Amino acid sequence: MTKETLLTMRGIDKVFPGVKALSKVDFTLRKGEIHALMGENGAGKSTLIKVLTGVYTKDEGSIRLDDKEVAIRSPQDAQHMGISTVYQEITLCPNLSVAENMYIGRSDEIYQNWKKMNEGARKMLENLDIPARATQQLGSCSIAVQQMVAIARAVDMDCKVLILDEPTSSLDDQEVQKLFKLMRELKERGVGIIFVTHFLDQVYEVCDRITVLRDGKLVGEYEIKDLPRLQLVSKMLGKELDDLSDIKTEETETKVDKKGEPLFEAEGLSSTEGIKPFDFHISKGEVNGFTGLLGSGRSECVRAIFGADRVVTGSMKKNGKTIKIQKPIDAMKNGIGYLPEDRKIDGIVGDLSVKENIILALQVMRGFFRPFSKAEANAFADEYIKTLSIKTASSDTPIKSLSGGNQQKVILARWLLTHPDYLILDEPTRGIDIGTKVDIQKLVLKLASEGMSITFISSETDEMLRTCSRLIVMRDRKVVGELTGDDLTQNKIMSTIAGGEEKK
Amino acid sequence: MSPATNRKKTIVLSKIYKNQIFIPLAAMFILLLFNLIADPGFFKISMGYNSAGNPVLSGYLMTVLDNGSELAILAIGMTLVTAASGGQDISVGAAIAIAGSTLLRVLCGTNTRPETLRTPIFVAFIISMLVAMAFGAFNGALVAIFKIQPMVATLILYTAGRSIAAWINNNELPIISDPKFGYYGGFIPGIPIPTPFFIAAVMVVIITLVLKYTNLGLYTQAVGINESSSRLNGLNPVFIKWLTFVILGACVAVAALIKVSRLSSINYSVIAKDIEMDAILAVALGGNALSGGKFNMAASVIGAFVIQMLTTTLFKFKVPSDALPAYKAVVVILLVVFSAPVVREKLGGLTKNLGIQRKEAA
Repeated sequence: MTKETLLTMRGIDKVFPGVKALSKVDFTLRKGEIHALMGENGAGKSTLIKVLTGVYTKDEGSIRLDDKEVAIRSPQDAQHMGISTVYQEITLCPNLSVAENMYIGRSDEIYQNWKKMNEGARKMLENLDIPARATQQLGSCSIAVQQMVAIARAVDMDCKVLILDEPTSSLDDQEVQKLFKLMRELKERGVGIIFVTHFLDQVYEVCDRITVLRDGKLVGEYEIKDLPRLQLVSKMLGKELDDLSDIKTEETETKVDKKGEPLFEAEGLSSTEGIKPFDFHISKGEVNGFTGLLGSGRSECVRAIFGADRVVTGSMKKNGKTIKIQKPIDAMKNGIGYLPEDRKIDGIVGDLSVKENIILALQVMRGFFRPFSKAEANAFADEYIKTLSIKTASSDTPIKSLSGGNQQKVILARWLLTHPDYLILDEPTRGIDIGTKVDIQKLVLKLASEGMSITFISSETDEMLRTCSRLIVMRDRKVVGELTGDDLTQNKIMSTIAGGEEKK
Repeated sequence: MSPATNRKKTIVLSKIYKNQIFIPLAAMFILLLFNLIADPGFFKISMGYNSAGNPVLSGYLMTVLDNGSELAILAIGMTLVTAASGGQDISVGAAIAIAGSTLLRVLCGTNTRPETLRTPIFVAFIISMLVAMAFGAFNGALVAIFKIQPMVATLILYTAGRSIAAWINNNELPIISDPKFGYYGGFIPGIPIPTPFFIAAVMVVIITLVLKYTNLGLYTQAVGINESSSRLNGLNPVFIKWLTFVILGACVAVAALIKVSRLSSINYSVIAKDIEMDAILAVALGGNALSGGKFNMAASVIGAFVIQMLTTTLFKFKVPSDALPAYKAVVVILLVVFSAPVVREKLGGLTKNLGIQRKEAA
């Protein structure tokens, strides 16, 4: 153990009914380092972090902070010891001001010195170079700034250990850079940062060290320079990378552009969400995608197609016949399925069982007076749990108790069950582990080869390049280009996205 | 006992314990046990004759069946409203006054002491049901379309309802002398079991069939849990929420028929007073989250009878009717605390620990 060691966790065990979530896991964090905690969903990252922050109590093992054995019994305990966490979802109050959010629940006094508080917050924001005013309402800041305010709050509480649990999953590239700058500054100050993320690029950009977990066990701790990307992935998956190369070979087949009658066409479509009228078409068996920065309007486009937002102008045709889509059920009846971007808000029905979540869309299409029998519903659920290998205790388990990737598979099953000819997948791979990502990409290609038309949206460009044969590029809520064939490269996409600004 | 069977037993126990219907049943069991110890006279049922000379069963348990019926009927509608909208309708008492008043107005016309009924009872009942459903639709529209918090939205009718009821009959109190009208809240000649219980049973059968042969259950729960994703699955959350209020309206009309029939008259200011609170309590006691989402209809219905059993027990122990709510509150606090998920989890852990200890001892 070196002098700089800040936190050591040794032999941590945690058992949940029926599952051993952690078994003899060691973790070491040094002062002034950014340490990536990697692993697939269900590898035990979240559990380890929850043990460290006092949300769960460990069954076995010891935690030493600053060379002193500590017992962390509650999140408050953890905070008092200087362990702060910033979660993926913002856990602050959007209707309070930035300063209030930074100081809420921290003062023991009855009276709050507002002036002092605002002044303190202002200094802190300035110090960390966060573009927000202390008196500004938090909700009016961008997600990235809100995330940074959460970090500032943590830092201001004299934290020694800062845990960032997927802080970047809803940020665009620029915002991520700002966040990294902040992280590096904190590192200079000697804060130990634990960084949990699914984005490999980001790990290699900002981290010093990686700890890999798999199936609740420690795989190992590595210096970043000793662990090339491919090896990291194979360590996380516990196997060599055959899967990823598989997809590469399949790729060539589907890249063949299927010219033919368009299955679905839209003309001059625009919705209440402020996208500029756009034209769109897709052929049978084609996989295309909308790309662009976050907020460029790519989700809004597909939401307009599905009728999720109110369509203001435009006309739609399916198989050459004019159709009217005003609400989701119209789209569903025309054989269109839509897996929404935000799984928690728009996708799952949390308290309902996996089974009910799978049959929901088909059941609604079938009608109010024709519920599926228990046997039918079970058959559907079991079939898709098997084909998509959804990990769930039973089909009656509430979907909210599944991991993110498995929830996503359930939503996917829901739409596959309706047997759509045109399936829209908006960020199907966000926040899920690499194994499942590959599964979903493969599935997309397989469905397309069976004749389904698919629109695929993802924040990860290489994923889109791997699956789509045509990309529609968006900027500022406007379609600015379309790329096919040899133009499908990272560079070409970047330049198309950036293109217009240079001309100005 | 071998550890294996012991473990099995623990699992079975915890399964029963986790089942939602356990909560109202346990409450009922405790109440029955209390009565058994304090005074077994509670269980005595005797055959007698009422003033019309018909054979009737009487006793405290019959009172529970009789008076719990309206509550059970209302609990059905309240459960659906709670599930879909995540809020409660506090205007059902006032709505009963309106529906009851409409019923009498149609039956009596302008004559408050009619010799004969102006319209068949069935027709009058249908009209009063349409009126009650219209008021339900009004509440539903406020909640579903204008997104007003259910308790606030129904506060309007809660405040205005009894005045509207009085206005329908020009503030007069019609009295119906036809004994047939009294059957609905009393006894049908020759049948010693109170009619309201049969009416409640029919309502329970109807809702059971509706839940089995339609998707009402799935849709209301989905909308109550996640409105946004329900919409993206092709549901119309506004319509479904509105529909639950209309269904509650229908339940109100049935309860109003029983209430008015009991007296063959109406008292606008006291009829079904505070019944909304008992109906909401029945839903809560059934272990249903008052914030909406998943529900268990059978648990609510049993919950309603448990609430009535509590009221009857208190009356039996000569608790003055003014003090009744205070006593009830104490019991309700206990019931609700013990059915709270936090406590149940703790207790669940306790039984599990006991099982392990027993295993160790063996």
